[in-house]
Amino acid sequence: MTTLGELAKTVRSKNAGVDKITFDVIFRERETYERVTRSAVLTRASVAALFRIPESRLADFVNFAPGLAIKFTIYRERPSGSAGDPDIFGCQQYAPLLDVEVP
Amino acid sequence: MDSLRIICPNGHLGFAPLKPGSFNLGVAAGPHYIGADSGSDDVGPVPLGSDTSTAPLAWQVHDLEHILLAARTHKVPMIIGSAGDTGADSRVDLYLGIIRDLAKKHALKPFRLGWYYSNVDKEVVRAAIRRGEAVEGLDGRDALTEAELDATDRIVAMAGVHPYIKLLEQGCDVIIGGRSSDCAVFAAPAIFSGFPEAHAYYLGKVLECASFCAEPYGAKETVLGEVSQHDVQVTAMHPDQRCTIASVAGHAMYERSNPYDEFVAGGRLDMRDCVYEQVSEKTTRITGQRFIPAPQFRVKLEGSGKVGERYVGLVGIRDPYSVKHVDRMIDWARAQVRERFGDDGYELHYTVYGRDGVMGAMEPLRDQPGHEVAVLVQGVAKDAHTAEEVALIGSRQLFYARLPEVKGTAGSVAFPLDEVMRASPAYRWTLNHTMAVPDGLALHPTFSEMVGA
Repeated sequence: MTTLGELAKTVRSKNAGVDKITFDVIFRERETYERVTRSAVLTRASVAALFRIPESRLADFVNFAPGLAIKFTIYRERPSGSAGDPDIFGCQQYAPLLDVEVP
Repeated sequence: MDSLRIICPNGHLGFAPLKPGSFNLGVAAGPHYIGADSGSDDVGPVPLGSDTSTAPLAWQVHDLEHILLAARTHKVPMIIGSAGDTGADSRVDLYLGIIRDLAKKHALKPFRLGWYYSNVDKEVVRAAIRRGEAVEGLDGRDALTEAELDATDRIVAMAGVHPYIKLLEQGCDVIIGGRSSDCAVFAAPAIFSGFPEAHAYYLGKVLECASFCAEPYGAKETVLGEVSQHDVQVTAMHPDQRCTIASVAGHAMYERSNPYDEFVAGGRLDMRDCVYEQVSEKTTRITGQRFIPAPQFRVKLEGSGKVGERYVGLVGIRDPYSVKHVDRMIDWARAQVRERFGDDGYELHYTVYGRDGVMGAMEPLRDQPGHEVAVLVQGVAKDAHTAEEVALIGSRQLFYARLPEVKGTAGSVAFPLDEVMRASPAYRWTLNHTMAVPDGLALHPTFSEMVGA
């Protein structure tokens, strides 16, 4: 079994405005991108389950072929930088994606 | 003019200094403009609310000095957007002061300095609400209420290309912008020079973060964008970086909810049908972008409001039973704060590093804490004394937490410091909304003056 962390060139998260965090999984080759999209390991349902959130917190989910990327965006529970928000830039939320197994 | 070249030496100017090596290569490539955005809402609500910058003054001066000297030496205009992180009026004035000082320091020949402001009076927004013109929420927020407006300390309106174009029409050589869309810094001169809006906005979109559209990864390096009637081309200036189809298409999705839409004052850049071509080793060409004007002219408002003063405490836990039951310790400490201050009038936040400190409830491994954890305690209240006491009780009572099963009875946590520390006041984003305006200049008054000997 291979993981997304092994297959992807980039796996990242970042604020998309003050109320959302967006995740990008970007591949180097088209065949790897197609292998992962075909496998359907990343879907609205699977990423919601991985991050333990209801699907209603997903704002967008896009397979972006020109960028060889899978991209999804979640609503934050509170705006970025509110007291108690541990990740003001939203840039350390992607780690669980690295271990997703791809058949 | 067949094409227009703009270089961008830095994304979020001031947050970290530009790299002079690739900047000088960019200047040597003969650009018609030098542009950089200097703002971001990524830094959280504190700078806007407290009217400060997160960027140190020395770094702001460093970049403005490099750009100003290159621009005046080569007689090309420079444009800086969203001055000083927030684009608030005080940040524009700060940058204007830096430019005037640099002009004097280097005895620069006279040039026209232009600027515009972006602060919005709360009463202007209140009047719109009372007229029944909804100040609509973005990203799932409700329409703005007067109560939320009252909780706001400062509002800036996000400009589009309009104030920049007006200042270019007046012949400005150096432009310091208030808050604006990052891409407007670059789209404005392209539109001013007669290039199609779609290509102009795409040019801005791809240039705004400088070398983030290039690979291999390396921030703060200069990139060059060229717009024509037919396309946009983008080229990395650093000798080891390239703008590739993957890096440019990849950048289209950076920091936005989806890779297809970029919303600006007055319309939307649609990137659904973009075609990317590698035209040389370091250059990628983009075609197929469209610009869709908005049916109603709406401007985005950003607002920040103070929640209170803030103190923080930090403790460590090593006892395995305590690590496993740290939530019970936190419950104990919360109860002690409640006994002293009641249920409201303060905020008390706990972050447990080593368990779910970074991701909170989204952490899949939160039931597998490490062999030791650190707990960050934040106390927030209207006045500093209360905030300090909230944080102090919230930290120190972890030391006295009563878990009968724990063998150690001399203290339940390790203190790296005995005290709690004053932190920046707590603010929150109160406005992420849009308001209807008659045109793109309504909330952004422009000014200019001659500077130099």
